[in-house]
Amino acid sequence: MNRYPSWKYILVAFVILIGLLFTVPNFYGESPAVQISATKATVKADAELLKKVETTLQLADIKFNGLFLDANGVKVRFENTDDQLKAKDKLIANLGKDYSVALNLLSQTPNWLLAIGAKPMYLGLDLRGGVHFLLQVDMKAALDKAAESNVGDFRTSLRREKVNYFGISRNNQAVEVKFESVGELEKAQKVLSKDYPDLTYTNSTSGKEQLLTASIGEQTKKKIQDFALKQNLQTLHNRINELGVAEPIVQQQGFDRIVVQLPGVQDTARAKELLGRTATLEIRMVDEDKKDFATLDAAEKGKAPFGDELYKNRDGQPILVKKSVVLTGDRITDAGPGVDQRSGRSVVNVTLDGRGAGIFKSVTRDNVGKRMAILLIEKGSTEVITAPVINEEIGGGHVQISGMNNAQEATDISLLLRAGALAAPMEIIEERTVGPSMGADNIKRGVHSTLWGFATIAVMMVIYYMVFGGVSVLALGVNLLLLVALLSMLQATLTLPGLAAIALALGMAIDANVLINERIREELRNGNTPQASINQGYQNAWHTIVDSNVTTLIAGMALFMFGTGPIKGFAVVHVLGILTSMFSAVLVSRAIVNIIYGYRRKVTKLSIGQIYKA
Amino acid sequence: MELFRIKNDIPFMSYGRITTAISLVTFILAVFFLATKGLNYGVDFTGGTVMEVHYPQAANIDGIRKAIDSIGLKDATVQNFGTSSDVLIRLPLKKDMSIAQLSETVGNALKTADANVEVRRVESVGSQVGDELYSNGGLALLLVCAGIMIYLAIRFEWRFAVAAIIANMHDVVIILGFFAFFQWEFNLTVLAAILAVLGYSVNESVVVFDRVRENFRKMRKASVVQVIDNAITRTMSRTIITHAMTQTMVGSMLLFGGEVLHNFALALTIGILFGIYSSVLVACPIAMWLGVSRANLIGDVEKKSTDQEAVEATP
Repeated sequence: MNRYPSWKYILVAFVILIGLLFTVPNFYGESPAVQISATKATVKADAELLKKVETTLQLADIKFNGLFLDANGVKVRFENTDDQLKAKDKLIANLGKDYSVALNLLSQTPNWLLAIGAKPMYLGLDLRGGVHFLLQVDMKAALDKAAESNVGDFRTSLRREKVNYFGISRNNQAVEVKFESVGELEKAQKVLSKDYPDLTYTNSTSGKEQLLTASIGEQTKKKIQDFALKQNLQTLHNRINELGVAEPIVQQQGFDRIVVQLPGVQDTARAKELLGRTATLEIRMVDEDKKDFATLDAAEKGKAPFGDELYKNRDGQPILVKKSVVLTGDRITDAGPGVDQRSGRSVVNVTLDGRGAGIFKSVTRDNVGKRMAILLIEKGSTEVITAPVINEEIGGGHVQISGMNNAQEATDISLLLRAGALAAPMEIIEERTVGPSMGADNIKRGVHSTLWGFATIAVMMVIYYMVFGGVSVLALGVNLLLLVALLSMLQATLTLPGLAAIALALGMAIDANVLINERIREELRNGNTPQASINQGYQNAWHTIVDSNVTTLIAGMALFMFGTGPIKGFAVVHVLGILTSMFSAVLVSRAIVNIIYGYRRKVTKLSIGQIYKA
Repeated sequence: MELFRIKNDIPFMSYGRITTAISLVTFILAVFFLATKGLNYGVDFTGGTVMEVHYPQAANIDGIRKAIDSIGLKDATVQNFGTSSDVLIRLPLKKDMSIAQLSETVGNALKTADANVEVRRVESVGSQVGDELYSNGGLALLLVCAGIMIYLAIRFEWRFAVAAIIANMHDVVIILGFFAFFQWEFNLTVLAAILAVLGYSVNESVVVFDRVRENFRKMRKASVVQVIDNAITRTMSRTIITHAMTQTMVGSMLLFGGEVLHNFALALTIGILFGIYSSVLVACPIAMWLGVSRANLIGDVEKKSTDQEAVEATP
């Protein structure tokens, strides 16, 4: 009656073995390492880089324990943090700006375990230290920007087709074009709907004016927002690469949010500045017809001429700049600080992509003698960095921007430009920073809670249920093992609430064993034989265990679906813990009980503590 | 060892009026405190910043307060926690300053005041996030209730489902009442604890209900009251032992878990204590008053199972 078919024992043994294999990597600890990855798409982290790193370290006489290449780049392992830091400095000096060198910690798990995919649990930021940011993308700004660029495009198209209009402006996210006659309007509508089929056109009459309104449809809106988010994700990736962080996470969350996690980052100020900076560059024409004093004065009082915007340059002088944008920072492929040969002042050298170079060439050709304003837009405030006079047509896509205050500013601005512009401004709406010592403390806290709780439960169970209590504790131990193995296997992020969930899972999992033991006692009390009592006890308890676990599971699932951050971390472990406890409390404990009692010829008494009979 | 040697069934149901009255009073008290004092929401919900800083020596609280005052943040609260060298600083949201700037400014001010300061933890949450957490938390609570009710209605009967949910909501409200009364901080992890309690405490009701159903099959001549009394008495030993074990774990968390897990463990403790009480002494009377009977619980299944069960029927 209390014997399992051999396949069940094998199954239990097999599962425990797998559990052991996947749990073991968590005990190996970590060694300091350096990770080298490419910052540009054109440069690759390959065998050649591996060689270069090796010779660099050998020449500098820095000892290392391991050197290998993986999907993230080249990784080098060191004995201690001194060597690690020395190596980092040397490598940065030798490899140049095409590669980023980041400090990292690598698990000391032996290769044969890594080969079967056994890795330590993936620790969340609250356990390893680092920064977490949640950024919100300003979607309205993205749409406004799209509409603004439509204004410029419309102008070009209408001029090309020689359609007469007398006004074109942006009204929120729609573009309004004014005409004198219906005929011109119809002509324009034909041209525009051919050139820009994504927009929805409506016409109306107000007094003598014929008005054509082009608005962005829902679908296009979605496309623009999608694009803005993707572009911002990419830009953040690039900027973080410049920071040199090992294993950063940059992820979309919802439709307008981005999560950035930087493990091990200490200097949050620099990280924040780089992420938060929404600097974009725009090149526009200065309105040369409206530079007289009276107009500027009126503009300062809030009456800027139609189609112009008033900004200040670095000396605080007002300047009227046309609303339509010639070029944006999107067209920049490279940027670097430099010094102007003639003036000796700091400049930023910018290289434009093919299309950007083309536009720049034609604009400079058409506007020789006029001024071109270079605007830096940051956090909603716009500044004219410089507004040089165009002396000649500039081809080739190489542009020098003067007007930098100092070399540091030139470096910062070129980094921002190089890393790409954000398609829409972003705001940090959540920040969580955990120092490295705090992370270690949190691990200690979680582990201590679990171990002390476990130990106390073990003692109480053995005192109260004797051998059966011991079996329950073993089953609980297997539960812990399987839970840790599962978490390591899935590489789910383990956080402090997750550690709490492990403890709680154990505290709750013991319920199943208590249920079983109480049932067996009850059967014995009713005068059943020991063997029959075991069998009946397990059977009767099974239904109750399933019912009670399903309700707990429902709660866990809801937590997972609606939870964010700490709640999600808790929910994942909670749900997994329920699943492993069903297996270990029933199957594993029964297997052990069967081994103990199932093969004896005669069992007169079960060691399940004293039983009081009525 | 055996702690529970109970010869005759304890007539729990005859105390129904008293226990329900006690529940009602605690419930009303909890609602009263929630209404008058309200919950002390953490930054997760209200938005704002919490900074945990550590000094190698005992922290100079007044100095810290002055340093923060000097940058124009008058609403900050500064307090010790744990040891004298650990300080918790809370800052409300400021309109003209982004949360990123806020923690930066404070961090710099503290460094100027005392260079030895170590910022160990910063949590800044903008107002947008908090509003979402409210609605998500509420949704999660609703979903859990609905899911559990549907499951219990299918597995048992709607009367049990209603009784179990009422008992559980009673627990949740009482936990919240405690948090309101003592003005403990209510944050995301506490919310997680409450939802976990919801699942855990239903668990408790399920065990008793399971027994009630089984008893309806076995004790064919007993009245409904006798059946329920017997079910509670027979599961009592398990109830106490299990909760003692779970509480041991939670107690260990309370002891070793530190600042972050403290309120989490606190919520669980209250939840476990009231869970025992409510699942037995609230859920069962309600189920009884709703009119649980042999017929509506077992129904047609009765005929099939009688033959097999009758042999073992030794209540």
